[in-house]
Amino acid sequence: MDTILFIVFATVAVVCAFNLVLQKHPISSALSLIGVMGSLAVLYLMLGAEFIAMAQMIVYGGAVMVLFVFVIMLLNAGTEKPSGKSWFAQIAGLPLLLAFVAVMGFAIRAGLPGLRNVEFGSWIGGTAERIGQLLFTHYLLPFEVISILILIAILGAVVLARREID
Amino acid sequence: MAHVPLSWYLILSAVLFALGAAGFIYRKSVITVFMSIELMLNAVNLSFVAFSYEMHRVDGHIYSFFVMVVAAAEAAVGLAIILTIFKNRGTLQIDEIDSMKL
Repeated sequence: MDTILFIVFATVAVVCAFNLVLQKHPISSALSLIGVMGSLAVLYLMLGAEFIAMAQMIVYGGAVMVLFVFVIMLLNAGTEKPSGKSWFAQIAGLPLLLAFVAVMGFAIRAGLPGLRNVEFGSWIGGTAERIGQLLFTHYLLPFEVISILILIAILGAVVLARREID
Repeated sequence: MAHVPLSWYLILSAVLFALGAAGFIYRKSVITVFMSIELMLNAVNLSFVAFSYEMHRVDGHIYSFFVMVVAAAEAAVGLAIILTIFKNRGTLQIDEIDSMKL
C-alpha cells in the first residue's frame, strides 16, 4: 500500500514538474506547480510530517500559488516567445541534467547505505505539538529573526509595488 | 511491499531539483523562472523531511518550515519586483531585460 501510494504521488510530482518546464504558457506552469506541491504534501504525510504537510498545503498551495496566479492574471502574461538558445544549452543541457541525476542517485545509493525503510504511521514525529515545543524553546532565536524577515519582506513588497516608482 | 526505501524519496528529491534547475536555465519568462526556483526549494524540503525521518528527529521539519517561510517572503518581494519590471518595460521576457548587462 505504501509503495503504491509513493509510486502514484511520485509519478504525479515528476510528471507535473516536467509539465512545468515544458509548457509555454505561465498559467499552465503554475497549475502544474500546484500539482507538484499537492503530491509533495502527501509524501510529507507518509514521512510522518503532519505539520509540514499542512503548512505545505496552506503556505505553498494556498498563499504562494494564489500570489503567482494573481500576478500572471494581472500582467496578462501570454505565451513566451522562443528565443535563440545557446548552442551549449542545446547540446549539453539534457546530458548534464541526466549526469546530475545519475551522480546524485549513485551518491545516495552508495554513500548512504542502511537507510531506513519508510512505513506509514511507524513514526509520527512532526505533530504540531512537537514542532511548536521545539520552535519556541531551541529554535526561538531563528523564529524571531524570521518574523523580522517577514516584516521586512512585507515592507519591501509594498514599497516596490507602489505606483509612483518608475 | 509495505515498505518504501528512504532512498527513493531522496532520488525523487534529486529529480525534482534537476527539473527545477533545468526550468530555471531553459525558460525565458520571468514568472516561470521564478516558479522553477520554488520547485527547487520544494525538492530540498523533501530531502530535509526524508532525512528527518531517517534520524527520527523533528529538527529537519523545522528547517523545512523555515525554508517555506523564506520562500513565501521571497515570493512576495520577487513578484513585486516582477510587477515593477512589467510596469517600466512592458515585457516579461528575460532576454529583453538586460539594462545591467555590460
